[in-house]
Amino acid sequence: MSEHIVQPKSYYKIFGALMVLTALTVVVAFFDFGALNDIVAMTIAVTKATLVILFFMHVFYSSRLTKTIVVAGFFWLAIMFVMIGSDYLSRGYVPRGITNYVERH
Amino acid sequence: MATRVEDSTLIPAVHDTHANHRVAHHDPHTEDASGHHPALQHHFDNLEQQRDATTLGMWTFLVTEIMFFGGLFMAYTVYRVFNPEAFEAASRVLEIKYGAINTAVLIASSLTMAMAVYFSQIGNRKLLVAFLGLTMILGTAFLGIKAIEYSHKFAHNTYPGAVPFEVDHHVVEEYEREKGRPFPDINRVQMFYVIYYGMTGIHALHMVIGIIALGFLTFYGYRGAYSPEYNSPVELTGLYWHFVDIVWIFLFPLLYLIGRH
Amino acid sequence: MSAIDRTARDMPPATPGVKRIAEPRADERPGSNYLNNGYGWKSWLLTKDHKRIGILYLISISLFFALGGIYAGFIRLELLTPQSDLLQPATYNKVFTQHGIIMVFLFLVPSIPATLGNFLIPLMIGAKDLAFPRINLLSWYLLIIGAVFALGAMMYGGVDTGWTFYTPFSSTYSNTYVTATGIGIFVAGFSSILTGLNFIVTIHTMRAPGMTWFRMPLFVWAHYATSLIMILGTPVLAITISLMAFERVTRVGIFDPALGGDPILFQHLFWFYSHPAVYIMLLPGMGIISEIISTFSRKNIFGYKFVAFSSIAIAVFGFLVWGHHMFTTGQSVYAGLVFSFISYAVAVPSAIKVFNWSATLFRGSISYDTPMLYALGFLGLFTLGGMTGVFLAAIGLDVHVHDTYFVVAHFHYIMVGGTLLAYLGGLHYWWPKMFGRMYPEGWGRFSALVVFVGFNLTFFPQFLLGYLGMPRRYAAYPVDIPAFQVLHILSTAGATILGAGLVIPLIYLIWSLIGGPKAAGDPWMATGLEWRTASPPPTENFHETPVVTWNAYEYAPQEDMEVIGKTSPDDKPDRSSYSGA
Repeated sequence: MSEHIVQPKSYYKIFGALMVLTALTVVVAFFDFGALNDIVAMTIAVTKATLVILFFMHVFYSSRLTKTIVVAGFFWLAIMFVMIGSDYLSRGYVPRGITNYVERH
Repeated sequence: MATRVEDSTLIPAVHDTHANHRVAHHDPHTEDASGHHPALQHHFDNLEQQRDATTLGMWTFLVTEIMFFGGLFMAYTVYRVFNPEAFEAASRVLEIKYGAINTAVLIASSLTMAMAVYFSQIGNRKLLVAFLGLTMILGTAFLGIKAIEYSHKFAHNTYPGAVPFEVDHHVVEEYEREKGRPFPDINRVQMFYVIYYGMTGIHALHMVIGIIALGFLTFYGYRGAYSPEYNSPVELTGLYWHFVDIVWIFLFPLLYLIGRH
Repeated sequence: MSAIDRTARDMPPATPGVKRIAEPRADERPGSNYLNNGYGWKSWLLTKDHKRIGILYLISISLFFALGGIYAGFIRLELLTPQSDLLQPATYNKVFTQHGIIMVFLFLVPSIPATLGNFLIPLMIGAKDLAFPRINLLSWYLLIIGAVFALGAMMYGGVDTGWTFYTPFSSTYSNTYVTATGIGIFVAGFSSILTGLNFIVTIHTMRAPGMTWFRMPLFVWAHYATSLIMILGTPVLAITISLMAFERVTRVGIFDPALGGDPILFQHLFWFYSHPAVYIMLLPGMGIISEIISTFSRKNIFGYKFVAFSSIAIAVFGFLVWGHHMFTTGQSVYAGLVFSFISYAVAVPSAIKVFNWSATLFRGSISYDTPMLYALGFLGLFTLGGMTGVFLAAIGLDVHVHDTYFVVAHFHYIMVGGTLLAYLGGLHYWWPKMFGRMYPEGWGRFSALVVFVGFNLTFFPQFLLGYLGMPRRYAAYPVDIPAFQVLHILSTAGATILGAGLVIPLIYLIWSLIGGPKAAGDPWMATGLEWRTASPPPTENFHETPVVTWNAYEYAPQEDMEVIGKTSPDDKPDRSSYSGA
């Protein structure tokens, strides 16, 4: 794994982008997009996080192993959200078979 | 008596690690008598293997950190879905200026940290120490602003377990005027603050640990421990520091910006 | 071939052209090994040698196991009679909680990885040490600090929540030392995280030249999969326990519905770790079984890659099934269906392993040495435990037997019949490597049989009890169902035999340290790299970095072994019927 030296110029650019995105996320928070509110905020946050991971943390220039680890970490977090979310999102539903059974008895 | 059969052999090591090593290092002062870099630990063959191992170790550790904070984010998500109004109302109580300034401070500290890594890579000791120091100052500034914010909240009895738990009545009045409905159940607002203090508290703890690590780096960096050949401590602390920054990047909109519209 | 034959000879004759054991370096005392390299307490308590840390773990977890076993004894004694006469119900609650906490967090989770894994992984992949020796030592200290909290809480009065700490009982109502125990588990969890982190980095970066991924012993593969679970699951347990403790201290109900919280979220987060934790306990045992079965069948493992990848598959699928612990909670029916379905799927990689081990045994030259007896016991008991696990994955049946002794029997078949037997098998198998001494083979075989009989007598009746409706965690049961008491008495009798079967190895293994015959470098004539160095190994494991040119488990059939040196390579007997290739 050879070390890749990132030049300061690209750090400044990333920093500028992060600051702009921070300002943007504050501004859009005062507008109501309805259901999209959180999606907009999270898209900006994910973009910022991706910039930090790829460039400040050099993942863009890192080995495949490092990239795999980063993806795996977020993938497992996604597993937790999806599986726990699947419970909470379907809490209200009761299968027809069960309601029929309850009515009959 | 049976004899074991295998085509295994145990031949002497073919890779002379020291040979590779000498090509990489021209400065005789950084090597001890056996030709080893002083920072090379005995169980590694060469500095490259050591760096690969420590880098992988730090990334693996960061994955555990993702899962650690992940549990809190999970709790936040579930409870916000359960109590959307209370969470949005509670979020309005937080002062947006502190959150925004802190975000800027933390991103700036990430930049200075990245610069410190750069100067360790090109071997500029003076600027390495300067940027490490700058990162520490920005990190401390973040904690200072956080402390001011906490003290404001404590002054209004806005902390979990406060008797009685309250929020700033100006915000309540403003909310009721603007939305035309009563402020949500204060108990559910308190739940937001349980998560708020849990998340920002653990985040602040990570900042403290990072600042202590930076203190050590500054000390050793000043003494000239890091060179273009050996700078993994700076780089790995950098990874940790950026990770803490990323956590905040998510905390800021989720805690401060919901319910502003 | 008896063990005495093997131990009597000092070292097997070297095949021409094969250098079996690395010669000691000229500048070193011959016979210098990790055990005689320093004797003071500092040389042990401040050691960074993975082998010595493995021994530290071995001693500490053996003590924890004994303690947990004593609690199990109290449980069994109490259940001899229907009335709660030996222990008050409140005391009984504390006793089964302590049994669970000690066995799960202080024994089973660190058992195989931290002792045998710690000792063997660097040896097996040809490294000088784990990647982070200081972190390795730190993780032992963390386990001890965690144990001090957990056991300290126990001495002050104990905990009565069950090892699962379900809220709101644990956070609001229990008047026992929940917070201190929680801190103990939190700290011990970090020990586990650091061990897993160390293993992953070591396996990735420290392999000897020629040690490719598919030449690694399956023990190492299993530990890799285990480490993945450790680093991905344990942090979630840490945060969950922290939230529970926070709720307890501040008296603000994080999991309290009155505040918009949800107690089921605790269970989700808890089982997100604690179900995969079952595989933390089991996977290393499966790794041991792969080693033992191929060695004592003198055969290459059948389907190496399938066994290797099934470990990874179990680790991944293991993260998707935790909801099967929560079928009777308020979890949604649809989520229950999904969890149930995926739980069935986990049976597939587990079955792949069992089939491959059975296929390895097929037409092998099997010798029934002590480790092999334990391994064969594992095969049968793990299959039983696994199959009853499939029962429990079915929602309908699970609702019927939930929280009964059926569940208790099921997970003891996995944890004791699986992990403990594998651990004992592995301990016997690598004992000569660890201490350079052989144990008495006859006693070994005898105790393996006693453990097997005692285990089945203890836990098989519990399946019946559970099916009849005996709930778990109760100090008393109805007198008017005579089957309950009969089965409980059988179970307690079995526990007595099991206890005796566990004391025998304790005695003869300790005796063997002094009186056992000296072991050769490779007493089992196994192929692993750990056998290519002296027993016990020198401090730096190998005097020269080994270069690996062979696959794991390249065992030749018996007739080849007998005729070695007499025939030319072209003149080999027909091996097609034996090699399994």
